[in-house]
Amino acid sequence: MATQHSRSAARLMMAPAVILLLGWMLVPLTMTLFFSFKKYLPLRGDSVANGLEWVGFANYARFLSSSSFWPSVQATLIIVGGVLVITIVFGILLAILLDQPMWGQGVVRIMVIAPFFVMPTVSALVWKNMFMDPTNGILAHLWKAFGAEPVQWLSQASLPSLILIVSWQWLPFATLILLTAIQSLDSEQLEAAEMDGAPVLKRFWFIILPHLSRAITIVILIQTIFLLAIFAEIFVTTGGAFGTKTLSYLIFQRVLESQNVGLGSAGGVYAIILANILAVLLMRVVGKNLDA
Amino acid sequence: MGRIVLDQVSKSFGEVEVIPPLDLTIDDGEFTVFVGPSGCGKSTLLRLIAGLEDTTSGHIRIDGEDATNVSPAKRGLAMVFQSYALYPHMSVRKNIAFPMRMAKMSQEEQDKRIDAAAKALNLTDYLDRRPGQLSGGQRQRVAIGRAIVREPSAFLFDEPLSNLDAALRVGMRMEISELHKKLDTTMIYVTHDQVEAMTMADKIVVLQAGVIEQVGTPLELYRTPRNVFVAGFIGSPKMNLIEGAEAAKHDAHTIGIRPEHIDVSTTEGLWQGTVGVAEHLGSDTFIHIHGVPGCEPMTVRTDGEFGVKHGDTVYLTPNLAHLHRFDAEGLRLE
Amino acid sequence: MARAATTQRKALNTALAWLIGFLIFFPILWTILTSFKTEAQAIASPPIFLNFDWTLENYSVVQERSDYMRFLWNSIILAGGSTILGTMIAIPAAWSMAFVPSKRTKDILLWMLSTKMLPAVGVLYPIYLLFIQLGLLDSRAGLVIVLMLINLPIIVWMLYTYFREIPGEILEAARMDGATLKEEILYVLTPMAIPGIASTLLLNFILAWNEAFWTLNLTAVDAAPLTAFIASYSSPEGLFFAKLSAASTMAIAPILILGWFSQKQLVRGLTFGAVK
Repeated sequence: MATQHSRSAARLMMAPAVILLLGWMLVPLTMTLFFSFKKYLPLRGDSVANGLEWVGFANYARFLSSSSFWPSVQATLIIVGGVLVITIVFGILLAILLDQPMWGQGVVRIMVIAPFFVMPTVSALVWKNMFMDPTNGILAHLWKAFGAEPVQWLSQASLPSLILIVSWQWLPFATLILLTAIQSLDSEQLEAAEMDGAPVLKRFWFIILPHLSRAITIVILIQTIFLLAIFAEIFVTTGGAFGTKTLSYLIFQRVLESQNVGLGSAGGVYAIILANILAVLLMRVVGKNLDA
Repeated sequence: MGRIVLDQVSKSFGEVEVIPPLDLTIDDGEFTVFVGPSGCGKSTLLRLIAGLEDTTSGHIRIDGEDATNVSPAKRGLAMVFQSYALYPHMSVRKNIAFPMRMAKMSQEEQDKRIDAAAKALNLTDYLDRRPGQLSGGQRQRVAIGRAIVREPSAFLFDEPLSNLDAALRVGMRMEISELHKKLDTTMIYVTHDQVEAMTMADKIVVLQAGVIEQVGTPLELYRTPRNVFVAGFIGSPKMNLIEGAEAAKHDAHTIGIRPEHIDVSTTEGLWQGTVGVAEHLGSDTFIHIHGVPGCEPMTVRTDGEFGVKHGDTVYLTPNLAHLHRFDAEGLRLE
Repeated sequence: MARAATTQRKALNTALAWLIGFLIFFPILWTILTSFKTEAQAIASPPIFLNFDWTLENYSVVQERSDYMRFLWNSIILAGGSTILGTMIAIPAAWSMAFVPSKRTKDILLWMLSTKMLPAVGVLYPIYLLFIQLGLLDSRAGLVIVLMLINLPIIVWMLYTYFREIPGEILEAARMDGATLKEEILYVLTPMAIPGIASTLLLNFILAWNEAFWTLNLTAVDAAPLTAFIASYSSPEGLFFAKLSAASTMAIAPILILGWFSQKQLVRGLTFGAVK
C-alpha cells in the first residue's frame, strides 16, 4: 500500500537507526572476536599498537575448562528462570486481584509499580544492608521476633536472595502488562463461560490464561533481555561470590578485574553465542505472537 | 478544468494483477461513479488516480499533462476518504485550513474560503470543535469542506457514505449531487452501492475483477446492459436471469427480465409459480416466486396493494419489449 | 466483571490489595523513613517505624561528602539527551515500519530487539578501547551515545506499536492535502501520537536513568551520574544505614516524583506499547 516514492523515503528514514545499530553491533563484536584469539594482558604491557600474540583457540579452551564456567552458566539460567517464574506467577495473581473492584485502586497501583523506578544499584544496596543484613536488617529482626536464628542471606542463600531482589524490581512490570491484558478481556466471554457452567478454576484455565498468552510472551521476551544483563545487583551485593557469578559477571571479572582481555573476550563470544541461542528461541515464539 | 485520461493503466501487487491494462476518459465537469462488488479494484483505481499507489504500467494524464509519476500532493486533486480521515487533533477550522496551510496561502484568503465552505456546508457553528465531537454526517461535511477549499481540478470520493446510517446517506447523496451542480468540477466517486451510482452519476463505470464491464449513463446501463454481469448488478431488485428452454425460445443462452417488467395475475399468464415471500413496502410489493422453470426464485414488482401471501399460486407475463437476451459468453444479443 | 460485587467482597479485595501493595512498596518507604533517622535509631532493635526524631542531618552529610547536584545534573543530561536523541532517530524509522511495511519489516524489528540481547560485557573492552581512542571516556557525549544506542531498539519498537494504531488514511489525506513527508510527520503523525511518544520518552528516560552497567564502567568523575553516586556507598559506608538511605532517596526521588505526576503515560509506557 505505498508508492515507489514512499518506499524509497521509508528506506532512507530507516537508514540511520539501522546503520547505527549495525555499527554498534558489528564493530565491537569484530574486536571481541579478534581479541579472543590473542594473548592480551594490558597490565603486562600487551597493547594493540605493539601487536598481539596469536594464540588460536587457547583462550576458548581455557575459558571452557575453567572451574567457574559451568557454574556461571548454571547461575545465569537459575537467576533468569527463577525471576521469570516468580514474576509471572505472582504477576498473574496480582493482576487478577487488582482487576477486582476495590477502593483506592490508583494508590495501590502506584505502590505496586514503584519498585520499577528504583535504580538497580539502590535496590541492591537497600536490600543488602537494610533488609538482608544478618544483624541489623529488617529480616533479621523479623526472624528474631519469631525466635529463629537470622539467616546470612547473601552468603547462605545467595541465589534465592538475588532472585528475590531482582524479582522485586521486575514484578511491577509483569503485573502491569498482565493487568492491562486482563482488562482487555471481553467480559461477555467470561459471562458466557459462567452461563455454560464453568467453575472459577476452569474459567481461569480455559479463558483467562489463553487470553494472557501474548502478554506472557512479551513479559518473557523483555525480561529475558534485561535479566541476562543484570550486573549492578551482583556487583553491589555479593561481587560474584557465593555462587552468584553469572556468565556476564565472570567475563566482567576476567576483563576488568584480572585484566585478561583475551580470555574475557573468548568468554564474551561464548556469552554472545548463548544469548543468540536464547534470542533465536525467543524470537521464534515471539515473532509468531507479535502479529496478533 | 479536470479531464482525466487513463491510458493502458494496470496495477499488480506482486504477482497478482488486480487491474489489467485499461483505458478510460473522464471529461471535465463529469460526475463519474466507479461501481462494482467489493474487491473489484474500484478503490485501487481511484488510488492510482490520486497517486497513493504507483501504476505498474500505463499513463495517467490530468488536463493533458502526464501525472503518472507526480506525487499526490502535486496532482491538484482532493480526496474524501471512507473513514473521513479528519485530523483528530485539529479543530474543524484547522482541518479545513490544512491544505491551504500546506499551500502557504495567505491568512485572509484562508479565512475567506473557510467561511464560504462552512456556510455552504452548514458548519459555521462547529468551526471550533474537534472532529471527535461531531456526528457522522458533520464529519463527512468537514471532509468535503477540506476538499473544496483547495479548489481542486477534480474530487475523488472513496465510498464516502458507507459509514453513515440509511437516512443520512440519502441526505448526503443529494448534498454531494448539489455540490457537483454548483461547482461544476470533475468528481470521481467510488461505491459498491448501485443505488448511489444510479442516482448521482453522469457516467457509471462498472468494474469486475479490475476489468471495465461497461461505461455509460445510468439509463444506458439500465436499458442496454452489455452483459449478464452488468444486467444483474444494475437495477434493484436484481434482474431475473433465465436459462434453459425458456431462453432458447428467444434464441438466447440467457434471457433477462427486470422485476418491474413482469405482470402478475392470480388468474392467467405465461408462467406459473407459487409465492415464497412477499415483501410489502407500501408503495410497492416485491414477490419472490418459486417454480418458474430456469429461474429460482423469480422476483417481480407489483403495486403496493397487491394482496398475495405465502403459498398462493400466481401467473406471470413478461413484457417482451423489455426482454434482454444474452449469448453463451454472457454478451448482449441485439 | 461488569456485575457489582458485594460490598463485603469489595472490602476483602481492598484489604488484600492494600496489604500486598504496602509490602511491595515497603522497602522504598522504609528507605525514605530511615533517611530521616539518626544512625543510632536507624539500627535500633526493634526497629522504630515512625516515632523517631526527624532530622535532615544525613542529607547534609551526604551532600558534603559528594556533590549531589553534579551527579543529578549528569543523570538528567545522560537520560534526557539519550532519550531525545534516540526518539529523533526512531520516529522516522518507526514511521517507515508502521506505514510502509515490507516483507522484511518484522525481521528488521526483531533484529533490532535482538541487538539488545548481546551481552554488554562481551563488548565492554572494545568499547572501552574505542572510547579511549576517541577521547570519550568519562564524557557525557560518549555516554549519551551509548545509552541512546542501547535503548534505540526499545524506542523504535514502542513507537512502531503506537504508530500502527494510527489509521494510514489520515496520513494519506495529509499527502492529498499537499503535505510533504516532513510536514506529514511533523503536523499530522507526531501530534496524533503524542500520548504514545510521551510514554516512550518517559519509559526510556527511566531506563536510561537506571542504567547501571555502562554508566558504572565508562565514567569516573566528570560524567558520573547518580548510579555511580550511589555505588560509591557499596561498602563499608553501606553500614551507615541512615546515610545510605539519604543517598538512596536522593537518587530515586526525581524518578519517583516524575512517575507520580505522569502516572497515566507511564502505565501505558511500562507495557512497552505491546499490550492494549
